[in-house]
Amino acid sequence: MDITWYLVLSAFIFAIGAAGVISRRNPLVVLLCLELMLNAGNLALVAFSRMHGGEAGQVFALIVMVIAACEVVIGLGIIVAMYRNKLPIDVDEMSELRG
Amino acid sequence: MWFEQVLFFVAAIGALAGALGVVLFQNPFYSVLSLVGHLLGLAVLFLLLHAEFLAAAQVVVYAGAVMVLYLFVVAYIGGADEPLHPESGGVAVFGPLFAVAIAVELCIAFIASGLQALDTRGADLGPAFGSPGQIGELLLTDFLLPFEAASFLLLIAAVGAVVLARRRRGLEDEATGPMRGRHDDPPTETLEVRV
Repeated sequence: MDITWYLVLSAFIFAIGAAGVISRRNPLVVLLCLELMLNAGNLALVAFSRMHGGEAGQVFALIVMVIAACEVVIGLGIIVAMYRNKLPIDVDEMSELRG
Repeated sequence: MWFEQVLFFVAAIGALAGALGVVLFQNPFYSVLSLVGHLLGLAVLFLLLHAEFLAAAQVVVYAGAVMVLYLFVVAYIGGADEPLHPESGGVAVFGPLFAVAIAVELCIAFIASGLQALDTRGADLGPAFGSPGQIGELLLTDFLLPFEAASFLLLIAAVGAVVLARRRRGLEDEATGPMRGRHDDPPTETLEVRV
């Protein structure tokens, strides 16, 4: 398969993730859609690494996975804290991070 | 190489369907499950691109560990039903429109770019391309600094998650008042005053 196929697929996945980040209101689903966008970037990085024949792109993708794991942990911690404080689980209602 | 093409299209359709499921399912639990399917499709694509170690890490770390974390949190907060009040018109129209625009723009950029190598199957590869040995050697030689920075970042994230999600005593009692969730004093001080 040509590299272009992989890149177009990653563009579609990125667009779907961006639509979810914009239009969904549950912060859990917003985090999932952020994962989609990061994964689209990963797919493009690996495709370019295949194109050039060097593994540097795969190392970038590994680092992106680490960043995604950190983001998930912090985001889920914030959501659990929101739930503990009986705040509504809704990104529209959530406008400040204090308390 | 028809087998590779069939595998690519099956995995690509799986990944796209998983991505659509994440956005379209109303219940967050089903969203997480469809993201697992999406990640498995991506792992197959990574294998097709000769990224063996990355595919294994994707399945083990992402689809295994991170998604279990999501499932725990969804089960903990009870997967709140989303439509608290009906979706306002502006965002509901603008979101898909923005997505279509960004997809068209990226596709034009990829297809119309002058990069000749995009229309090939990629460079010739050695037999060890993408193996754990190669990735590990790169991580400990060329990319040592990002590797160490990533480990520090993971440590900071772990400590931050514990600080964020720990049970603060004194919060639950006051959270029922009109000023729920807003405290002028740190919770530990209010606890000391009460004692």
